[in-house]
Amino acid sequence: MTKQLKQNKTQKQSNWNILFAGTGGQGVLTASEVAGYAAVFDGYHVKKSEVHGMAQRGGSVESHLRFGDGVFSPLITKGAVDFLVSFHKDERDRMKDFLKKGGTDLIDALEKAKSSVSDPKFVNTYLLGVLSSYLPITEQSWMKALEKAFGQKRLEENKAVFSQGRARKQQ
Amino acid sequence: MAKLNQTKQIAFLSGNEAIAQGAWEAGLKVAAAYPGTPSTEILETLAAHYKDIDAQWSVNEKVAYEVALGAAIGGVRSLFACKHVGLNVAMDPLMTSSYTGIKGGFVVVVADDPGLHSSQNEQDSRWVAIFSKLPMLEPSSPSEAYEYTKLAYEISETFDTPVMLRSTSRVSHTKEDLETGSRIEPAPVGELTPDIAKYVMVPKNAYAKHILIEERLRKLAAMAEKSKLNRIEMGDKKLGFITSGVSYNYLKESFPNASFLKLGMIYPFCDKKIAQFAKSVKQLVVVEELDPFIATHIKSLGIKITTKHPSFDIGELRPEYMADLVAGKKKKEVPATTRKPVLCRGCPHRFVFNTLRKLKFFVTGDIGCYTLAATPPMATLHTCVCMGAGITLHEGIRRAQPGKKIAGVIGDSTFVAAGITGLINAVYNKVKGIIVILDNSTTAMTGGQHHPATGKTIKEDPTKKLILEDLVKACGVDNVDVVVPYKLDELENLLKKRMDEDALSVIITRSPCRLIEKKYEPAPIYEREKCKACGVCLRIDCPAIHKQPDGTIEIDEFCAGCKLCVAVCPFGALKPHDKAIETK
Repeated sequence: MTKQLKQNKTQKQSNWNILFAGTGGQGVLTASEVAGYAAVFDGYHVKKSEVHGMAQRGGSVESHLRFGDGVFSPLITKGAVDFLVSFHKDERDRMKDFLKKGGTDLIDALEKAKSSVSDPKFVNTYLLGVLSSYLPITEQSWMKALEKAFGQKRLEENKAVFSQGRARKQQ
Repeated sequence: MAKLNQTKQIAFLSGNEAIAQGAWEAGLKVAAAYPGTPSTEILETLAAHYKDIDAQWSVNEKVAYEVALGAAIGGVRSLFACKHVGLNVAMDPLMTSSYTGIKGGFVVVVADDPGLHSSQNEQDSRWVAIFSKLPMLEPSSPSEAYEYTKLAYEISETFDTPVMLRSTSRVSHTKEDLETGSRIEPAPVGELTPDIAKYVMVPKNAYAKHILIEERLRKLAAMAEKSKLNRIEMGDKKLGFITSGVSYNYLKESFPNASFLKLGMIYPFCDKKIAQFAKSVKQLVVVEELDPFIATHIKSLGIKITTKHPSFDIGELRPEYMADLVAGKKKKEVPATTRKPVLCRGCPHRFVFNTLRKLKFFVTGDIGCYTLAATPPMATLHTCVCMGAGITLHEGIRRAQPGKKIAGVIGDSTFVAAGITGLINAVYNKVKGIIVILDNSTTAMTGGQHHPATGKTIKEDPTKKLILEDLVKACGVDNVDVVVPYKLDELENLLKKRMDEDALSVIITRSPCRLIEKKYEPAPIYEREKCKACGVCLRIDCPAIHKQPDGTIEIDEFCAGCKLCVAVCPFGALKPHDKAIETK
């Protein structure tokens, strides 16, 4: 798996497509927001699309994040997702067809995230840390984005959890 | 939160935030709306970030439109925003505002919801442009939404007309990085001088105005021919697209080498530019979301085009549809597998609907979170048409089915927006029955906005609080009860008693939305050995209760401790936690 992931990371591509999938209340939209800001801070053109309204009512929540030199569609084409970040196994199963051939499914990181964090609220931050290790975005921009999203509210804890996820070694 | 209004900076804005920023930069003074997905954040952003704007949640869209129009007639730049079905409520003033025109620029934002992410219908509001003879712009992205909003004010004042800006969910709720600018300080407001011929739409004046409207449309069409809003991008001449809105983006990725006529102004049409583009490409395909609005017009010009299969008129477009769509194929329907939304854990509405189901009432419903009670296994909301119809359909169905057990339900915000006149009608025309006002003291479904009965404005300023029970009595209802929905026995006995009476009753079930007042109590204790796996607790459709393969349950860590499951369990397998507060 490591080799595959490395290929993804170094592969030259104009746009990066990340799909966040989960259910209401899991922090799906916050995770996508942080990643979006990180990409903006690094100077990429970014589009992030999601549907509001049902997020707090337990329905499926998905957020499409795309960044690169020039992004047109706010939605990722089915079969073109580079990274699938799932917060729930059922949602991952629902969205796995969106992954491109050789795309990276971060479902394995979910269990690790759940067991590594002290509070379920930090699962999304841990997953972001894992995601960040694959993306061409500077650590400085990630930290700035975390500050933007969390303000001073549990910022240090979030930064620590993020770094923990970022440092996670692939088996 | 992001500070949006500094000079020249890169911001990361949603389409709705971009509209707010564009309007602010254009010198907007007054903005009014009623919340509605996917348009809500326009006014929220204006109220939260731009202190120099007079922003308000109005009681409903008709009121909001008139307030904004009045401000424009008064000489300042104003804005009205709504969702597509909200535009229907504002249609009365909208149609005649086309006649009066404006003094200060007036932008009417409508956000459609293709795909019905959070709406009761999938109407295509572009037709309103033709119907009202108002110009309409359609951005494809947040950065265009920002640019077009600024342009819309110029068009409005140049042509003496309200200008419609049509967004969709995928523009309003997409975020994009864009460079923002600074505010043009509005010119001083001139004298308020009467202009009866312009602003009093009696037949004689309106007739004269109609002549001017037709002239205005011709001038706007001439502008559309030259405007940068309608852009030709020549590529491969074998394949050309005429498109607008978010569809443009999907096509640019699927057919990057094709030629494009991208319409940013979708009414009136730029017929000459369309004809010129049509001549320059071999195959011309019109791609648009929802109705064949552009296609119908281009066909009327006698231009040969390829259009999408009618199956694509339903639902939103997606980038992966483009190849099939251009090939004229039918849409491949994919069965929805998304997790259904439910009433939140601990929601007070769940107690009301569980009781209404137990009593086997026919329930006429309305627009709000409680519409979720229609989905199985709750299935205790039997009609949902539009704002206010929970009260009026209750009356109509009672007239068709006298003596049947029918109750109407409506939320607090919805009641103030659209229910009051229906209630007065019910009293006046002597209908009997029960109206339940589900009062959770907010406009919950759209994210918790204030309304007159919360006693606060959009800017969180305290204001005169509307007392619902006083209002209901003033409407002429004699039986008015206010109950706490968590007190199940009281609620059930009251509903039974009122249903048997030969009168019209209003029951206000009052308890704040759980998303506002996050008072959670400990989860009940589940004694698995007493559980008979009967499934009764599953029928309350609580998101914290999970069925296990053997038919027993698990209660997850997010349980709000409302104890409805305790109340319904016939075998005593669920017991309140020691620290739980008594609600019965």
